[in-house]
Amino acid sequence: MGFFTDDLFQLVWNGLFVGSFYALVALGYSMVYGIIKLLNFAHGDIYMLGAFIAFVLLGSTIGLIGEASLPVLLLVLLITMILTGGIGMFVERVAYRPLRGSPRLAVLITAVGVSFALEYGIRQIFGPSPEVFPFRLSGGSFDVLGGRVSVTQIVLMVIAALLMWVLQLYVMRSREGRAMRAIALDPQASLLMGVNVNRVISRTFFIGSALAGAAGVMAGAYYGSIDFLMGFTIGLKAFTAAVIGGIGNLYGAMLGGLVLGLLESFGTFVLGGEWRDVFTFACLILFLSIRPTGILGARVAERM
Amino acid sequence: MAAPKTRDAAAHGAYIAAPAPLRPRPAPLSGLLAPQRFMNGLGLLLFIAALALPFITASPYVISILTSAFIYVMIAMGLNVVVGYAGLLDLGYIAFVAVGAYTSGILSTQLGWSMLETIPAVVVACILAGIVIGGPTLRLRSDYLAIVTLGFGEIIRITATNLDVTGGASGIHGIPTWSFFGWSFADGLDLGGIHFSAKILFYYFVVIVALGLATVGAARLSRGKLGRAWKSIRDDEDASEAMGINGYTTKLSAYIIGAVWGGLAGTLLATHLSAISPPSFEFLYSALILMAVVLGGMGSTPGVIIGALFVSLAPEFLREFSEWRYLIFGVLLVVVMIFRPSGLWPANAVLPFLKRRKPPAEAVAGADAAVPSDAAARPHAAVDAVARPDAEGAPDPAGQDPESTPPDVSPAAPAAPEQEEVR
Repeated sequence: MGFFTDDLFQLVWNGLFVGSFYALVALGYSMVYGIIKLLNFAHGDIYMLGAFIAFVLLGSTIGLIGEASLPVLLLVLLITMILTGGIGMFVERVAYRPLRGSPRLAVLITAVGVSFALEYGIRQIFGPSPEVFPFRLSGGSFDVLGGRVSVTQIVLMVIAALLMWVLQLYVMRSREGRAMRAIALDPQASLLMGVNVNRVISRTFFIGSALAGAAGVMAGAYYGSIDFLMGFTIGLKAFTAAVIGGIGNLYGAMLGGLVLGLLESFGTFVLGGEWRDVFTFACLILFLSIRPTGILGARVAERM
Repeated sequence: MAAPKTRDAAAHGAYIAAPAPLRPRPAPLSGLLAPQRFMNGLGLLLFIAALALPFITASPYVISILTSAFIYVMIAMGLNVVVGYAGLLDLGYIAFVAVGAYTSGILSTQLGWSMLETIPAVVVACILAGIVIGGPTLRLRSDYLAIVTLGFGEIIRITATNLDVTGGASGIHGIPTWSFFGWSFADGLDLGGIHFSAKILFYYFVVIVALGLATVGAARLSRGKLGRAWKSIRDDEDASEAMGINGYTTKLSAYIIGAVWGGLAGTLLATHLSAISPPSFEFLYSALILMAVVLGGMGSTPGVIIGALFVSLAPEFLREFSEWRYLIFGVLLVVVMIFRPSGLWPANAVLPFLKRRKPPAEAVAGADAAVPSDAAARPHAAVDAVARPDAEGAPDPAGQDPESTPPDVSPAAPAAPEQEEVR
């Protein structure tokens, strides 16, 4: 094979593009894990919910105004983010909060149950077959350094980068962000210092779920078809991305998403598309056995 | 206590005698109504009932769904070893079933081995799979393990879809039934004028292997030295490592044994369906088996059997419910974890009518007389009750509840010194 020479830019670009989706979903995983040490299995399904909520919203707006355009999509994106964020908060309140302080196994099983309930709840409503997303971003594409880049991809990547930038500002600069970081360091101490831990955890779930919902809308708009199981694989991959970057670390999640996207892009090129997921999970196992704290993660001294 | 030494020490006035017990220890329950015996008897009775079932109704439909239900019981018992006993959440357990089913399927269809001959290969393949996935990851936290096993399940399924030797997406067809030294189930059997068809013979085989050997084997394993090590690792890894248990090898052994259980169940499944394909091993089924274990009660043999039967038979009984079952199962997982975290039939449950046990009157009087201060007596009583050897060694089918067996000293007895949990 003409190794990489012709396709190098294309591979890198594809990797970065897919990686930005992974990063968006991985952020929610990483934030929740960083704060309450819970693997939120249902996170991937929130992504799926985002796609379906946007599907319904777009279906009704297109009926109203005839044709959807980029501003409409942005509006739908915003509403979807608020809705999925609310669902995330609700899930936390109903399923996770009663179990705070019980064994980790119980909470993990609850998370599996939530994921199952969300997936098959959507299946009961929309049916098992994939739905066609009513709106697809169109636009030309142009060549950069021998690779094809479409306007859609650029728009979506800009949105993703914008969301991540806002989140970074929020967590690092604002008062609430400081409370989050305090809880991540030591929940009990921050409780004693007057932080309303439950509210901050709720807010974390809101933000994480909103980002996952945004990624879902964007994936729907890009790929054009959605189904009730689409969140399962992406949830696994986002977790892989979070682990690669260093779970619990904000920049780690972003970096991990991009790295995973690149790994997948090159792995697919070398091994073929049908082995892509196998390659990803093999990376996960490899990473966990060699450097479980990820690229940016600090070494944890305590054993849990 | 060595007698001469005591006398010697007593002569010097230095020996401090151990305090006499506050009350005579209750003798363990014996007879048919002892929880252990009762449950064993009940288990035997149900086993015989399962064996006799084809004489009551032998319709192919009933035999077929019961066969797969009992195979489910065996799979769930294997997962129970991993999740219930050792406390390792495995979300890709169906992968081991797939390894077993595919190994025996490939060997029997391509190389013409009989099912019996494929068993060693299945065991080896499952041990290898268990080591490959458990080896690197069991040193990590349990939630990492959960997601890695999930990924492993997907790897196995995708690999099976993409390889030629596994038949790709269409899978393997025409897996032969079991044969023993030249005689096969397919021939049927005439015994005393009754004709046993191949299906019924296979049903008997499953009942004996999956229900009898696998269930009793797993339950007994959990009560031995290894099983107690698993449970101590599950309850507190650091403490049990301090007591000299090697956490890593213990967890790995649970993982491998669970894998072998699943793989053997997989060969049964392959024979039962006579065709296997990748969609039979989706994450869905891992979640359903986990559901069976959690719903019934992690670590509890009767609980897991009931859970597995419920999960596999409920859709058959309630046809219109089968559309909704996955949604309901998901919600049930959450509800069970919140309101009844140890399952419907917890590992330390005792049937209500086996609980009644009169406190020996003189013991209560003795305890009251010996210790005037109630507050001093209670901690001892509590320790006494928990540390009784028979309560510790026999948690399962009988499942003695350490709290319930000792006689109530007084209505306020359970008030051990409150430990404020620091949150």
